[in-house]
Amino acid sequence: MIDLCGLALEHPILNGSGTYDAIAARRAFGDALLDAFPFSAFVSKTITLEPRAGNPPPRLYETPAGLVNSIGLPNKGLRGYVEEDLPQLAALPVPLVTNVMGSTAAELVALVEALDDRDDVAAIELNVSCPNVRTGLDIGSDPDELAAVLRAVRPRTRRPLVVKLTPNTADVARTAQAAEDAGADAVSLINTLRAYAPHPRRPASPWLGAGAGGLSGPAVRAVALAQVRAVAARVAVPVVGMGGIQTGAHAAQFLSAGATAVAVGTESFRDPAAATRIRRELHDFLAKSGVSRSMAVHTPDS
Amino acid sequence: MSVAPFGRRTLAVAQRRALGPYVALTAPDPDGPAPEPGQFYMLAAAQRWGGGDDERPFLPRAFSVMRAGPAGLEFLLEVVGPGTARLCELGPGDGLHVVGPLGLGFDPPDEGRRALLCGGGAGIAPLAIWQDALLAAGRPAAALIGFRDGAHARAGVLLANPRVATDDGSTGHHGLVTELLESELDADPDAAIYACGPPAMLEAVRALAARRAVPAQLALEAGMACGFGACFGCVVPLAGGGYARTCVDGPVLDAAALAEVPAA
Repeated sequence: MIDLCGLALEHPILNGSGTYDAIAARRAFGDALLDAFPFSAFVSKTITLEPRAGNPPPRLYETPAGLVNSIGLPNKGLRGYVEEDLPQLAALPVPLVTNVMGSTAAELVALVEALDDRDDVAAIELNVSCPNVRTGLDIGSDPDELAAVLRAVRPRTRRPLVVKLTPNTADVARTAQAAEDAGADAVSLINTLRAYAPHPRRPASPWLGAGAGGLSGPAVRAVALAQVRAVAARVAVPVVGMGGIQTGAHAAQFLSAGATAVAVGTESFRDPAAATRIRRELHDFLAKSGVSRSMAVHTPDS
Repeated sequence: MSVAPFGRRTLAVAQRRALGPYVALTAPDPDGPAPEPGQFYMLAAAQRWGGGDDERPFLPRAFSVMRAGPAGLEFLLEVVGPGTARLCELGPGDGLHVVGPLGLGFDPPDEGRRALLCGGGAGIAPLAIWQDALLAAGRPAAALIGFRDGAHARAGVLLANPRVATDDGSTGHHGLVTELLESELDADPDAAIYACGPPAMLEAVRALAARRAVPAQLALEAGMACGFGACFGCVVPLAGGGYARTCVDGPVLDAAALAEVPAA
Protein backbone atom coordinates (compact mmCIF):
# COMPACT_ATOMS: atom_id res chain seq x y z
CA MET A 1 0.00 0.00 0.00
CA ILE A 2 1.05 3.55 -0.64
CA ASP A 3 0.17 6.47 1.57
CA LEU A 4 -0.52 9.53 -0.57
CA CYS A 5 -1.28 12.29 1.95
CA GLY A 6 -3.67 10.06 3.85
CA LEU A 7 -5.10 8.13 0.87
CA ALA A 8 -4.28 4.44 1.07
CA LEU A 9 -3.55 3.38 -2.51
CA GLU A 10 -3.16 -0.20 -3.64
CA HIS A 11 -0.57 0.68 -6.27
CA PRO A 12 1.15 3.81 -7.57
CA ILE A 13 -0.77 4.40 -10.83
CA LEU A 14 -3.42 7.12 -10.98
CA ASN A 15 -5.00 8.86 -13.96
CA GLY A 16 -4.20 12.43 -14.87
CA SER A 17 -7.14 14.79 -14.47
CA GLY A 18 -9.09 15.23 -17.69
CA THR A 19 -7.77 12.11 -19.36
CA TYR A 20 -10.42 9.57 -18.33
CA ASP A 21 -14.19 9.85 -18.01
CA ALA A 22 -15.04 6.85 -15.85
CA ILE A 23 -18.77 7.35 -16.39
CA ALA A 24 -18.51 7.32 -20.20
CA ALA A 25 -15.97 4.47 -20.04
CA ARG A 26 -18.40 2.38 -18.00
CA ARG A 27 -21.02 2.83 -20.71
CA ALA A 28 -18.51 1.81 -23.40
CA PHE A 29 -16.95 -1.16 -21.57
CA GLY A 30 -19.60 -2.16 -19.02
CA ASP A 31 -18.79 -3.56 -15.59
CA ALA A 32 -15.52 -5.00 -16.91
CA LEU A 33 -14.16 -1.51 -16.25
CA LEU A 34 -14.96 -1.82 -12.56
CA ASP A 35 -13.69 -5.40 -12.29
CA ALA A 36 -10.31 -4.37 -13.69
CA PHE A 37 -10.21 -0.69 -12.77
CA PRO A 38 -6.79 0.47 -13.94
CA PHE A 39 -6.12 3.23 -11.41
CA SER A 40 -5.53 3.17 -7.63
CA ALA A 41 -7.42 6.45 -7.26
CA PHE A 42 -9.64 8.22 -9.74
CA VAL A 43 -9.00 11.89 -10.47
CA SER A 44 -12.02 13.69 -11.93
CA LYS A 45 -12.04 16.16 -14.76
CA THR A 46 -11.74 19.75 -13.62
CA ILE A 47 -14.94 21.04 -12.03
CA THR A 48 -15.75 24.75 -12.01
CA LEU A 49 -18.41 26.63 -10.08
CA GLU A 50 -20.56 27.24 -13.16
CA PRO A 51 -21.08 24.86 -16.12
CA ARG A 52 -18.74 25.26 -19.09
CA ALA A 53 -19.39 24.10 -22.67
CA GLY A 54 -15.68 23.96 -23.50
CA ASN A 55 -13.79 25.39 -26.44
CA PRO A 56 -14.98 25.43 -30.07
CA PRO A 57 -13.55 22.58 -32.18
CA PRO A 58 -11.09 21.59 -33.48
CA ARG A 59 -9.76 20.65 -30.05
CA LEU A 60 -7.03 18.15 -30.94
CA TYR A 61 -3.83 18.15 -32.98
CA GLU A 62 -1.47 15.20 -33.27
CA THR A 63 2.26 15.98 -33.05
CA PRO A 64 5.34 13.76 -33.25
CA ALA A 65 4.77 11.45 -30.24
CA GLY A 66 2.22 13.72 -28.67
CA LEU A 67 -1.05 15.57 -28.68
CA VAL A 68 -1.92 19.25 -28.42
CA ASN A 69 -5.35 19.78 -26.91
CA SER A 70 -7.51 22.78 -26.20
CA ILE A 71 -10.57 21.20 -24.64
CA GLY A 72 -11.48 24.15 -22.44
CA LEU A 73 -12.56 22.25 -19.30
CA PRO A 74 -16.15 21.40 -20.29
CA ASN A 75 -18.04 20.35 -17.17
CA LYS A 76 -21.49 20.42 -15.59
CA GLY A 77 -20.49 22.89 -12.91
CA LEU A 78 -20.34 22.16 -9.19
CA ARG A 79 -24.04 21.44 -8.78
CA GLY A 80 -24.28 19.13 -11.79
CA TYR A 81 -21.14 17.31 -10.65
CA VAL A 82 -22.39 16.78 -7.11
CA GLU A 83 -25.92 15.75 -8.13
CA GLU A 84 -25.29 13.71 -11.28
CA ASP A 85 -21.67 12.56 -11.40
CA LEU A 86 -20.62 12.13 -7.78
CA PRO A 87 -23.02 9.24 -7.05
CA GLN A 88 -21.64 7.36 -10.08
CA LEU A 89 -18.00 8.14 -9.30
CA ALA A 90 -18.56 7.07 -5.69
CA ALA A 91 -19.38 3.59 -7.04
CA LEU A 92 -15.84 3.20 -8.38
CA PRO A 93 -13.73 0.70 -6.42
CA VAL A 94 -11.03 3.30 -5.60
CA PRO A 95 -10.79 6.64 -3.74
CA LEU A 96 -12.03 9.69 -5.63
CA VAL A 97 -9.96 12.84 -6.07
CA THR A 98 -12.03 15.77 -7.29
CA ASN A 99 -10.15 18.34 -9.36
CA VAL A 100 -11.42 21.92 -9.16
CA MET A 101 -10.51 25.22 -10.75
CA GLY A 102 -11.47 28.80 -9.98
CA SER A 103 -10.26 32.10 -11.35
CA THR A 104 -10.30 33.70 -7.89
CA ALA A 105 -9.60 32.51 -4.36
CA ALA A 106 -13.27 33.09 -3.54
CA GLU A 107 -14.36 30.68 -6.30
CA LEU A 108 -11.93 28.03 -5.11
CA VAL A 109 -13.11 28.48 -1.52
CA ALA A 110 -16.72 27.98 -2.62
CA LEU A 111 -15.74 24.80 -4.47
CA VAL A 112 -13.72 23.19 -1.67
CA GLU A 113 -16.29 24.11 0.97
CA ALA A 114 -19.04 22.47 -1.07
CA LEU A 115 -16.96 19.29 -1.43
CA ASP A 116 -15.69 19.24 2.15
CA ASP A 117 -18.64 17.39 3.64
CA ARG A 118 -18.94 14.89 0.77
CA ASP A 119 -17.48 11.73 2.24
CA ASP A 120 -17.11 10.31 -1.27
CA VAL A 121 -14.45 12.91 -2.03
CA ALA A 122 -11.21 11.53 -0.60
CA ALA A 123 -9.06 14.47 -1.67
CA ILE A 124 -9.25 17.67 -3.66
CA GLU A 125 -6.83 18.58 -6.44
CA LEU A 126 -6.51 22.26 -7.31
CA ASN A 127 -6.02 23.09 -10.97
CA VAL A 128 -4.10 26.36 -10.74
CA SER A 129 -3.44 26.63 -14.49
CA CYS A 130 -6.13 29.27 -14.69
CA PRO A 131 -5.53 32.89 -15.60
CA ASN A 132 -6.03 35.41 -12.85
CA VAL A 133 -8.80 37.66 -14.15
CA ARG A 134 -6.89 40.73 -12.95
CA THR A 135 -3.33 39.97 -14.14
CA GLY A 136 -3.99 37.48 -16.94
CA LEU A 137 -1.18 35.28 -15.56
CA ASP A 138 -1.83 31.73 -14.49
CA ILE A 139 -2.35 31.63 -10.73
CA GLY A 140 0.03 28.71 -10.53
CA SER A 141 2.85 30.37 -12.43
CA ASP A 142 3.49 32.97 -9.71
CA PRO A 143 4.67 31.56 -6.33
CA ASP A 144 3.29 34.51 -4.33
CA GLU A 145 -0.12 34.40 -5.97
CA LEU A 146 -0.30 30.62 -5.59
CA ALA A 147 0.55 30.89 -1.90
CA ALA A 148 -2.07 33.59 -1.36
CA VAL A 149 -4.79 31.46 -2.99
CA LEU A 150 -3.80 28.37 -1.00
CA ARG A 151 -3.78 30.26 2.30
CA ALA A 152 -7.38 31.26 1.58
CA VAL A 153 -8.44 27.74 0.59
CA ARG A 154 -6.50 25.59 3.07
CA PRO A 155 -8.51 26.37 6.24
CA ARG A 156 -11.83 25.74 4.47
CA THR A 157 -11.54 21.98 4.01
CA ARG A 158 -10.45 18.97 6.01
CA ARG A 159 -9.73 17.03 2.83
CA PRO A 160 -6.16 16.59 1.66
CA LEU A 161 -5.27 19.24 -0.92
CA VAL A 162 -3.19 18.29 -3.94
CA VAL A 163 -1.88 21.18 -6.02
CA LYS A 164 -1.54 20.42 -9.74
CA LEU A 165 1.45 22.52 -10.69
CA THR A 166 1.78 24.20 -14.05
CA PRO A 167 4.99 23.55 -15.98
CA ASN A 168 4.65 26.93 -17.69
CA THR A 169 6.62 28.85 -15.11
CA ALA A 170 10.18 30.03 -14.63
CA ASP A 171 10.98 27.83 -11.62
CA VAL A 172 8.58 25.00 -10.86
CA ALA A 173 10.47 24.02 -7.68
CA ARG A 174 9.81 27.50 -6.32
CA THR A 175 6.06 27.27 -6.97
CA ALA A 176 6.07 23.79 -5.41
CA GLN A 177 7.80 25.20 -2.36
CA ALA A 178 5.23 28.00 -2.17
CA ALA A 179 2.43 25.43 -2.34
CA GLU A 180 3.97 23.34 0.43
CA ASP A 181 4.55 26.37 2.65
CA ALA A 182 0.92 27.45 2.19
CA GLY A 183 -0.45 24.08 3.23
CA ALA A 184 -0.56 21.76 0.20
CA ASP A 185 -0.61 18.10 1.24
CA ALA A 186 0.83 16.92 -2.08
CA VAL A 187 1.76 18.31 -5.47
CA SER A 188 1.16 16.78 -8.90
CA LEU A 189 2.95 17.59 -12.14
CA ILE A 190 3.25 18.20 -14.98
CA ASN A 191 0.16 19.75 -16.51
CA THR A 192 0.34 20.22 -20.29
CA LEU A 193 3.04 22.41 -21.80
CA ARG A 194 1.71 25.52 -23.51
CA ALA A 195 1.70 24.77 -27.23
CA TYR A 196 0.55 26.01 -30.61
CA ALA A 197 -0.68 24.00 -33.59
CA PRO A 198 -0.60 25.59 -37.05
CA HIS A 199 -3.39 24.89 -39.53
CA PRO A 200 -2.11 22.16 -41.89
CA ARG A 201 -3.24 24.00 -45.02
CA ARG A 202 -3.07 27.65 -43.84
CA PRO A 203 0.16 27.89 -41.81
CA ALA A 204 -0.52 31.48 -40.73
CA SER A 205 -3.74 30.42 -38.98
CA PRO A 206 -4.17 28.36 -35.83
CA TRP A 207 -5.66 24.88 -36.19
CA LEU A 208 -7.25 24.77 -32.76
CA GLY A 209 -10.58 26.52 -32.27
CA ALA A 210 -9.29 28.28 -29.15
CA GLY A 211 -6.05 29.35 -30.85
CA ALA A 212 -3.54 27.63 -28.57
CA GLY A 213 -3.45 24.57 -26.36
CA GLY A 214 -1.32 22.26 -24.25
CA LEU A 215 1.05 19.46 -25.27
CA SER A 216 1.00 16.01 -23.65
CA GLY A 217 2.24 12.53 -24.46
CA PRO A 218 5.73 11.05 -24.77
CA ALA A 219 6.93 14.29 -26.39
CA VAL A 220 6.89 15.95 -22.93
CA ARG A 221 8.36 13.08 -20.87
CA ALA A 222 11.92 14.37 -20.61
CA VAL A 223 10.65 17.80 -19.52
CA ALA A 224 8.32 16.20 -17.00
CA LEU A 225 11.14 14.11 -15.51
CA ALA A 226 13.32 17.20 -15.09
CA GLN A 227 10.50 19.07 -13.35
CA VAL A 228 9.56 16.14 -11.10
CA ARG A 229 13.20 15.73 -10.05
CA ALA A 230 13.50 19.44 -9.27
CA VAL A 231 10.28 19.50 -7.26
CA ALA A 232 10.89 16.26 -5.35
CA ALA A 233 14.31 17.55 -4.35
CA ARG A 234 12.76 20.70 -2.94
CA VAL A 235 9.58 19.68 -1.07
CA ALA A 236 8.81 17.16 1.64
CA VAL A 237 5.18 16.53 0.64
CA PRO A 238 4.47 13.64 -1.74
CA VAL A 239 4.80 14.23 -5.46
CA VAL A 240 2.54 12.67 -8.12
CA GLY A 241 4.59 12.56 -11.32
CA MET A 242 3.20 12.43 -14.83
CA GLY A 243 4.00 13.36 -18.40
CA GLY A 244 4.23 10.89 -21.26
CA ILE A 245 4.35 7.68 -19.23
CA GLN A 246 3.80 4.75 -21.63
CA THR A 247 5.56 1.82 -19.96
CA GLY A 248 6.48 0.41 -16.57
CA ALA A 249 10.05 1.53 -17.16
CA HIS A 250 8.83 5.10 -17.63
CA ALA A 251 6.83 4.86 -14.39
CA ALA A 252 9.96 3.63 -12.62
CA GLN A 253 11.87 6.64 -13.95
CA PHE A 254 9.35 8.98 -12.31
CA LEU A 255 9.46 7.03 -9.04
CA SER A 256 13.26 7.18 -9.15
CA ALA A 257 12.98 10.92 -9.71
CA GLY A 258 11.25 11.15 -6.34
CA ALA A 259 7.57 10.68 -7.14
CA THR A 260 5.45 8.78 -4.61
CA ALA A 261 2.89 7.91 -7.28
CA VAL A 262 2.53 8.46 -11.01
CA ALA A 263 -0.33 9.24 -13.35
CA VAL A 264 -1.11 7.98 -16.84
CA GLY A 265 -2.95 10.30 -19.21
CA THR A 266 -2.51 10.41 -22.95
CA GLU A 267 -1.45 6.76 -23.14
CA SER A 268 -4.95 5.80 -21.94
CA PHE A 269 -6.29 7.37 -25.15
CA ARG A 270 -4.31 4.78 -27.12
CA ASP A 271 -5.44 1.91 -24.92
CA PRO A 272 -8.11 2.37 -22.23
CA ALA A 273 -6.42 -0.39 -20.18
CA ALA A 274 -2.87 0.96 -20.68
CA ALA A 275 -2.47 1.71 -16.97
CA THR A 276 -3.06 -1.95 -16.12
CA ARG A 277 -0.25 -2.97 -18.47
CA ILE A 278 2.02 -0.23 -17.10
CA ARG A 279 1.39 -1.43 -13.55
CA ARG A 280 2.30 -5.01 -14.51
CA GLU A 281 5.40 -3.85 -16.37
CA LEU A 282 6.44 -1.69 -13.41
CA HIS A 283 6.17 -4.68 -11.12
CA ASP A 284 8.28 -6.82 -13.44
CA PHE A 285 10.76 -4.02 -14.03
CA LEU A 286 11.33 -3.41 -10.35
CA ALA A 287 11.59 -7.13 -9.61
CA LYS A 288 14.22 -7.56 -12.34
CA SER A 289 16.25 -4.49 -11.57
CA GLY A 290 16.40 -5.30 -7.85
CA VAL A 291 15.45 -1.87 -6.65
CA SER A 292 15.19 -0.85 -3.04
CA ARG A 293 12.58 -2.25 -0.68
CA SER A 294 10.99 1.18 -0.33
CA MET A 295 10.17 1.20 -4.02
CA ALA A 296 9.23 -2.47 -4.05
CA VAL A 297 6.34 -1.79 -1.67
CA HIS A 298 4.84 0.37 -4.38
CA THR A 299 4.28 -2.59 -6.64
CA PRO A 300 1.19 -4.72 -6.97
CA ASP A 301 0.91 -8.02 -5.10
CA SER A 302 3.22 -6.91 -2.32
CA MET B 1 -25.29 -0.87 -28.45
CA SER B 2 -22.72 -3.63 -28.20
CA VAL B 3 -20.38 -3.18 -25.25
CA ALA B 4 -16.66 -3.39 -26.07
CA PRO B 5 -14.23 -5.65 -24.23
CA PHE B 6 -12.20 -3.45 -21.85
CA GLY B 7 -8.84 -2.54 -23.32
CA ARG B 8 -7.04 -2.84 -26.60
CA ARG B 9 -6.68 -6.24 -28.26
CA THR B 10 -4.54 -7.31 -31.17
CA LEU B 11 -6.05 -9.00 -34.22
CA ALA B 12 -4.26 -10.50 -37.19
CA VAL B 13 -5.19 -9.17 -40.62
CA ALA B 14 -6.53 -12.02 -42.76
CA GLN B 15 -7.13 -10.23 -46.03
CA ARG B 16 -6.28 -7.01 -47.84
CA ARG B 17 -8.36 -6.16 -50.87
CA ALA B 18 -7.83 -3.14 -53.12
CA LEU B 19 -10.96 -1.47 -54.52
CA GLY B 20 -9.76 1.33 -56.74
CA PRO B 21 -7.80 3.60 -54.40
CA TYR B 22 -9.50 2.12 -51.32
CA VAL B 23 -8.27 -0.79 -49.22
CA ALA B 24 -10.66 -3.19 -47.50
CA LEU B 25 -9.04 -4.94 -44.52
CA THR B 26 -10.52 -8.05 -42.93
CA ALA B 27 -9.43 -9.22 -39.47
CA PRO B 28 -11.05 -12.03 -37.44
CA ASP B 29 -12.07 -10.86 -33.97
CA PRO B 30 -12.77 -14.05 -32.01
CA ASP B 31 -12.92 -12.29 -28.62
CA GLY B 32 -15.07 -9.35 -29.67
CA PRO B 33 -18.87 -9.04 -29.69
CA ALA B 34 -20.78 -8.53 -32.92
CA PRO B 35 -20.91 -4.79 -33.61
CA GLU B 36 -24.14 -3.00 -34.39
CA PRO B 37 -24.38 -1.13 -37.70
CA GLY B 38 -22.94 2.36 -37.25
CA GLN B 39 -20.58 1.45 -34.42
CA PHE B 40 -16.85 2.05 -34.84
CA TYR B 41 -13.43 0.82 -33.75
CA MET B 42 -10.19 2.58 -32.93
CA LEU B 43 -7.46 1.06 -35.13
CA ALA B 44 -3.67 1.18 -35.04
CA ALA B 45 -0.98 -0.95 -36.61
CA ALA B 46 0.65 -3.17 -34.00
CA GLN B 47 4.07 -2.51 -35.51
CA ARG B 48 5.61 0.74 -36.75
CA TRP B 49 2.79 3.00 -35.56
CA GLY B 50 4.87 6.18 -35.68
CA GLY B 51 7.83 7.26 -37.74
CA GLY B 52 5.81 8.16 -40.81
CA ASP B 53 5.32 11.64 -42.25
CA ASP B 54 5.97 14.26 -39.55
CA GLU B 55 6.99 11.39 -37.20
CA ARG B 56 3.36 10.35 -36.94
CA PRO B 57 0.94 8.59 -36.40
CA PHE B 58 0.75 8.56 -32.61
CA LEU B 59 -2.94 8.13 -31.77
CA PRO B 60 -5.24 5.39 -33.08
CA ARG B 61 -7.71 6.23 -35.86
CA ALA B 62 -11.50 5.77 -35.76
CA PHE B 63 -13.25 3.68 -38.45
CA SER B 64 -16.86 2.62 -38.76
CA VAL B 65 -17.15 -1.11 -39.22
CA MET B 66 -18.09 -1.99 -42.80
CA ARG B 67 -19.10 -5.60 -42.23
CA ALA B 68 -18.75 -8.17 -39.48
CA GLY B 69 -19.20 -11.87 -40.01
CA PRO B 70 -17.50 -15.23 -39.83
CA ALA B 71 -14.53 -13.84 -41.80
CA GLY B 72 -14.03 -11.10 -39.25
CA LEU B 73 -14.36 -7.36 -39.03
CA GLU B 74 -14.07 -5.43 -42.29
CA PHE B 75 -12.92 -1.83 -42.58
CA LEU B 76 -12.66 0.46 -45.61
CA LEU B 77 -9.56 2.64 -45.70
CA GLU B 78 -8.23 5.41 -47.89
CA VAL B 79 -4.88 7.15 -47.55
CA VAL B 80 -5.47 10.66 -46.25
CA GLY B 81 -2.57 11.04 -43.80
CA PRO B 82 0.15 9.16 -41.94
CA GLY B 83 -2.28 6.99 -39.94
CA THR B 84 -4.30 5.75 -42.89
CA ALA B 85 -1.09 5.40 -44.94
CA ARG B 86 0.29 2.95 -42.38
CA LEU B 87 -2.98 1.05 -42.00
CA CYS B 88 -3.29 0.70 -45.79
CA GLU B 89 0.12 -1.03 -45.86
CA LEU B 90 -1.09 -3.87 -43.66
CA GLY B 91 -1.48 -7.30 -45.17
CA PRO B 92 -2.24 -10.87 -44.12
CA GLY B 93 -0.62 -11.78 -40.81
CA ASP B 94 0.08 -8.20 -39.73
CA GLY B 95 -1.08 -7.16 -36.26
CA LEU B 96 -3.96 -4.72 -35.91
CA HIS B 97 -4.69 -3.09 -32.53
CA VAL B 98 -8.41 -2.53 -32.00
CA VAL B 99 -10.65 -1.05 -29.32
CA GLY B 100 -14.35 -1.52 -29.89
CA PRO B 101 -17.09 -1.74 -30.93
CA LEU B 102 -17.73 1.80 -29.69
CA GLY B 103 -20.44 4.41 -29.88
CA LEU B 104 -24.09 4.43 -30.85
CA GLY B 105 -25.20 3.11 -34.23
CA PHE B 106 -28.23 3.50 -36.49
CA ASP B 107 -31.85 3.23 -35.37
CA PRO B 108 -34.30 1.56 -37.78
CA PRO B 109 -36.75 3.75 -39.70
CA ASP B 110 -40.25 4.32 -38.33
CA GLU B 111 -42.98 2.13 -39.82
CA GLY B 112 -44.10 3.52 -43.17
CA ARG B 113 -40.76 5.13 -43.97
CA ARG B 114 -38.27 3.55 -46.36
CA ALA B 115 -34.58 3.80 -45.63
CA LEU B 116 -32.52 5.87 -48.08
CA LEU B 117 -28.80 5.29 -47.64
CA CYS B 118 -26.63 8.14 -48.84
CA GLY B 119 -22.85 7.77 -48.83
CA GLY B 120 -19.81 9.58 -50.11
CA GLY B 121 -16.33 8.13 -50.62
CA ALA B 122 -15.05 5.96 -47.78
CA GLY B 123 -18.20 6.99 -45.91
CA ILE B 124 -20.10 4.21 -47.67
CA ALA B 125 -18.56 1.76 -45.14
CA PRO B 126 -21.17 1.90 -42.34
CA LEU B 127 -23.97 1.91 -44.94
CA ALA B 128 -22.87 -1.54 -46.15
CA ILE B 129 -23.45 -3.26 -42.78
CA TRP B 130 -26.64 -1.23 -42.30
CA GLN B 131 -27.99 -2.19 -45.72
CA ASP B 132 -27.28 -5.87 -44.94
CA ALA B 133 -29.25 -5.57 -41.68
CA LEU B 134 -32.20 -3.76 -43.25
CA LEU B 135 -32.45 -6.17 -46.19
CA ALA B 136 -32.19 -9.15 -43.83
CA ALA B 137 -35.13 -7.70 -41.89
CA GLY B 138 -37.11 -7.50 -45.13
CA ARG B 139 -37.04 -3.71 -45.32
CA PRO B 140 -36.12 -1.63 -48.36
CA ALA B 141 -32.67 -0.04 -48.28
CA ALA B 142 -31.89 1.89 -51.45
CA ALA B 143 -28.28 3.05 -51.63
CA LEU B 144 -27.13 6.31 -53.24
CA ILE B 145 -23.39 6.72 -53.30
CA GLY B 146 -21.06 9.37 -54.63
CA PHE B 147 -17.40 9.33 -55.59
CA ARG B 148 -14.78 11.61 -57.09
CA ASP B 149 -14.38 9.53 -60.26
CA GLY B 150 -14.78 6.11 -61.82
CA ALA B 151 -11.71 4.67 -60.11
CA HIS B 152 -13.08 5.51 -56.68
CA ALA B 153 -16.52 4.28 -57.75
CA ARG B 154 -15.13 0.74 -57.94
CA ALA B 155 -15.91 0.60 -54.21
CA GLY B 156 -19.59 0.73 -55.22
CA VAL B 157 -19.57 -3.09 -55.38
CA LEU B 158 -19.67 -3.04 -51.57
CA LEU B 159 -23.35 -2.11 -51.63
CA ALA B 160 -26.33 -3.86 -53.20
CA ASN B 161 -27.90 -2.16 -56.24
CA PRO B 162 -26.48 1.31 -55.66
CA ARG B 163 -27.26 4.43 -57.66
CA VAL B 164 -23.86 6.01 -58.27
CA ALA B 165 -22.87 9.62 -58.82
CA THR B 166 -19.38 10.83 -59.71
CA ASP B 167 -17.97 14.35 -59.68
CA ASP B 168 -16.46 13.89 -63.15
CA GLY B 169 -19.35 11.95 -64.66
CA SER B 170 -17.16 8.99 -65.59
CA THR B 171 -19.60 6.61 -63.91
CA GLY B 172 -23.30 7.03 -63.19
CA HIS B 173 -24.90 10.42 -62.53
CA HIS B 174 -22.62 13.37 -63.34
CA GLY B 175 -22.93 15.44 -60.18
CA LEU B 176 -23.50 15.20 -56.46
CA VAL B 177 -25.00 12.27 -54.60
CA THR B 178 -27.28 14.75 -52.82
CA GLU B 179 -28.90 15.44 -56.22
CA LEU B 180 -29.83 11.74 -56.37
CA LEU B 181 -31.17 12.06 -52.83
CA GLU B 182 -33.36 15.02 -53.82
CA SER B 183 -34.83 13.12 -56.76
CA GLU B 184 -35.60 10.13 -54.51
CA LEU B 185 -37.34 12.41 -52.01
CA ASP B 186 -39.29 14.03 -54.87
CA ALA B 187 -40.52 10.57 -55.90
CA ASP B 188 -41.41 9.44 -52.37
CA PRO B 189 -41.00 11.76 -49.38
CA ASP B 190 -41.85 9.09 -46.78
CA ALA B 191 -38.21 8.26 -46.25
CA ALA B 192 -35.64 8.05 -43.50
CA ILE B 193 -32.16 9.14 -44.52
CA TYR B 194 -28.97 7.44 -43.32
CA ALA B 195 -25.87 9.28 -44.42
CA CYS B 196 -22.11 9.06 -44.05
CA GLY B 197 -19.45 10.88 -46.00
CA PRO B 198 -17.35 14.02 -46.17
CA PRO B 199 -18.44 16.98 -43.99
CA ALA B 200 -19.68 19.09 -46.92
CA MET B 201 -21.88 16.22 -48.11
CA LEU B 202 -23.25 15.60 -44.62
CA GLU B 203 -23.98 19.29 -44.14
CA ALA B 204 -25.87 19.30 -47.46
CA VAL B 205 -27.84 16.22 -46.34
CA ARG B 206 -28.58 17.84 -42.96
CA ALA B 207 -29.87 21.03 -44.63
CA LEU B 208 -31.91 19.06 -47.19
CA ALA B 209 -33.48 16.85 -44.52
CA ALA B 210 -34.40 19.92 -42.48
CA ARG B 211 -35.91 21.64 -45.53
CA ARG B 212 -37.96 18.56 -46.46
CA ALA B 213 -38.81 17.64 -42.85
CA VAL B 214 -37.43 14.14 -43.40
CA PRO B 215 -35.71 12.34 -40.50
CA ALA B 216 -32.01 11.80 -41.04
CA GLN B 217 -29.32 10.00 -39.09
CA LEU B 218 -25.77 11.10 -39.85
CA ALA B 219 -22.72 8.95 -39.11
CA LEU B 220 -20.13 11.61 -38.32
CA GLU B 221 -16.38 11.56 -38.52
CA ALA B 222 -14.25 13.66 -36.18
CA GLY B 223 -10.65 13.85 -35.15
CA MET B 224 -10.67 11.62 -32.10
CA ALA B 225 -7.92 10.72 -29.63
CA CYS B 226 -9.58 7.96 -27.60
CA GLY B 227 -13.00 6.85 -28.90
CA PHE B 228 -14.49 6.19 -25.44
CA GLY B 229 -15.39 9.61 -24.07
CA ALA B 230 -12.14 10.37 -22.27
CA CYS B 231 -10.58 13.19 -24.26
CA PHE B 232 -13.58 15.42 -25.12
CA GLY B 233 -11.81 16.24 -28.39
CA CYS B 234 -14.33 15.06 -30.99
CA VAL B 235 -17.23 17.40 -30.29
CA VAL B 236 -19.84 18.73 -32.72
CA PRO B 237 -22.02 21.77 -32.00
CA LEU B 238 -25.64 21.05 -31.07
CA ALA B 239 -28.65 23.01 -32.33
CA GLY B 240 -29.66 23.84 -28.76
CA GLY B 241 -26.18 25.07 -27.81
CA GLY B 242 -23.29 23.16 -26.32
CA TYR B 243 -21.56 20.16 -27.84
CA ALA B 244 -21.99 16.40 -28.24
CA ARG B 245 -19.07 13.98 -28.16
CA THR B 246 -19.03 12.15 -31.50
CA CYS B 247 -17.58 9.02 -29.87
CA VAL B 248 -20.08 8.38 -27.06
CA ASP B 249 -23.13 10.47 -28.06
CA GLY B 250 -22.63 9.32 -31.70
CA PRO B 251 -21.06 8.64 -34.09
CA VAL B 252 -24.60 8.37 -35.48
CA LEU B 253 -26.49 11.52 -34.53
CA ASP B 254 -29.94 12.78 -35.41
CA ALA B 255 -29.45 15.51 -38.01
CA ALA B 256 -32.07 17.68 -36.31
CA ALA B 257 -29.96 17.77 -33.13
CA LEU B 258 -27.02 19.37 -34.90
CA ALA B 259 -26.40 23.06 -35.43
CA GLU B 260 -24.28 22.14 -38.44
CA VAL B 261 -21.80 19.55 -39.59
CA PRO B 262 -18.45 21.29 -39.04
CA ALA B 263 -16.11 21.57 -42.01
CA ALA B 264 -13.04 19.36 -41.76
